[in-house]
Amino acid sequence: MNFKDRDIISIHDFSKQELLFILKIAKSMEKKPNLDLLKDKVLATLFFEPSTRTRLSFISAMEQLSGKVIGFSNTGSTSIKKGETLWDTIKMVEAYSDAIAIRHPVEGTARLAAEASSKPVINAGDGANQHPTQTLLDLYTIQKVKGKLDNLHIGMLGDLKYGRTVHSLTVALSHFNPTFYFIAPQALQMPQTYLDDLKEKKIKFVTESNLTKVSKKLDILYATRIQKERFADPIEYERYKGVYKLDVGLLDNVKKDLKIMHPLPRVDEIDKSLDDTEHAVYFEQAANGIHVRKALLALVLGKIK
Amino acid sequence: MKKEQSISAIKDGSVIDHIPSSAALKVVDILDLKGIRGMISVATNLSSKTMGKKGIIKISGKDLTKEEVDKIALIAPHATVNIIKNYDVKSKINVAIPPTIRKIIKCSNPNCITNNEKNVITKFYVLDKDPLKVRCDYCERNMEKEEISLL
Repeated sequence: MNFKDRDIISIHDFSKQELLFILKIAKSMEKKPNLDLLKDKVLATLFFEPSTRTRLSFISAMEQLSGKVIGFSNTGSTSIKKGETLWDTIKMVEAYSDAIAIRHPVEGTARLAAEASSKPVINAGDGANQHPTQTLLDLYTIQKVKGKLDNLHIGMLGDLKYGRTVHSLTVALSHFNPTFYFIAPQALQMPQTYLDDLKEKKIKFVTESNLTKVSKKLDILYATRIQKERFADPIEYERYKGVYKLDVGLLDNVKKDLKIMHPLPRVDEIDKSLDDTEHAVYFEQAANGIHVRKALLALVLGKIK
Repeated sequence: MKKEQSISAIKDGSVIDHIPSSAALKVVDILDLKGIRGMISVATNLSSKTMGKKGIIKISGKDLTKEEVDKIALIAPHATVNIIKNYDVKSKINVAIPPTIRKIIKCSNPNCITNNEKNVITKFYVLDKDPLKVRCDYCERNMEKEEISLL
C-alpha cells in the first residue's frame, strides 16, 4: 500500500484495509520509537486556532523521527493578518516544507489546502468537521486495549450532537461490525444523518439517555465533554454541563474489562477516582497519538511502504 | 415548426429546448460558452404549451456532451438537448443529475471554507437524486432539497 504524497483529510477517504494498514505501521512505530526515517524532512505546522495535544504531538512525532518542524500557532504574527488568502499561504508554505499539518476553525480548510499544495497535507482539525488523526489514535487505542476491533459493544457518551470525535469514530468503527450505544440527553443525541447511515449499513445501535440501563453491555465507553463553545444559549449549556459524571460508582454495573476512553480535555465528566483503575485508558489514548502521527508522517513522506 | 423560427435553425450544433424562461441566461453561464466561435442564439419568454413560457438556446458548431448537459440538470431539469447535423436531429440527450456538482450550488454552512475564502469553486457529491441530497466535498455537511440554493 503506497501512501506517498497522500493527503490525510477525512476518515471518509479511507477503506477498512487502509485503516488497518496505518494501525499496523503505528504499532511498529511504538515498538521502535526512534528511527532516523525523516532526516532532512521538514513539517510545517499551521495552527490557526489553539491546540495543545495535537500540535505538541505532531512536533514530537516529527522530531523523534529526526525531522524538523516550522510553523505557527497564532495567526497574529503572520501575513494572514494582512488579508492573505489561505490558498496563497499554502502556496508559500509548500515551498518551505515537505508536508503540512493544518488546524483551522473553518470547515473544509484542510481539503482546500490539499488542493493548493503539491506536498501532502494532514488535517489536524477543521472546525466541527474532521480530525482524522484523532480518529486513528482512537482506533489504535481500542485495538490495543481490546486486542481487536471487530464485534465490540461501544458506548458513546455526552455531547454526541456537536462532537466531531464521536462522529468520525462512528464512521471508522462502522467497518468492524460494532454495536453502538449512543448515550446522551435527547437534545444532544447523535445527528439523524449518522443514524441513517448506520441503518443503511445494517449496523446495530440504540439511543439512550440513561447510562446505567446499558453500562453492563459495554466493552468500550467513549466519554466526551459537553462543549461550552458550541452552545449559543448559556442557559442551555448550564442545563447539560453536569449531566454525566462518571465515578467509581459506575463500576458496580460494568464488565470487568470495560475500558473508558476520552479525547480530553475533560471537565468533570470523569472523576479522578477512576484514573487509577484498570478501566481508565484516556491518558494512554493521548500517548498513542504519537505513534499514529509518526506512522502517518513516515507514510505520506514515502519512507515506509 | 413555424414557432421555432423565432430564432433561426442551425445547420450543425446543439439545441437546448424546454428551459424555464428565467433560467436561460443562467444556463449560458453554466455551460461556459465564452470560447465558442459559432453563432449562439438565446431566446427567452417564448410561449410553450406545456411550460407557459420557456427558453431555447442554439449553439452552432458545437456538440454538447452528456457531461456538459448534466451540468444544467439542477436549474433546467426538464430541458431536452438535440444534437443537429445538417439540419436534422442526429441524437437526443436527456438531462440527468450528475454524480458530482461543481460551481452551481452554494454550501448552506456559513462556516464552510467555500463561504469564507475568495474564488473557491464549490463541489458536491450527489447522495440521492430524488429528493436531492448532496454532501459538500469541503465541509462534508449533508444538504437536502430545501436547504440547497444556487450560486
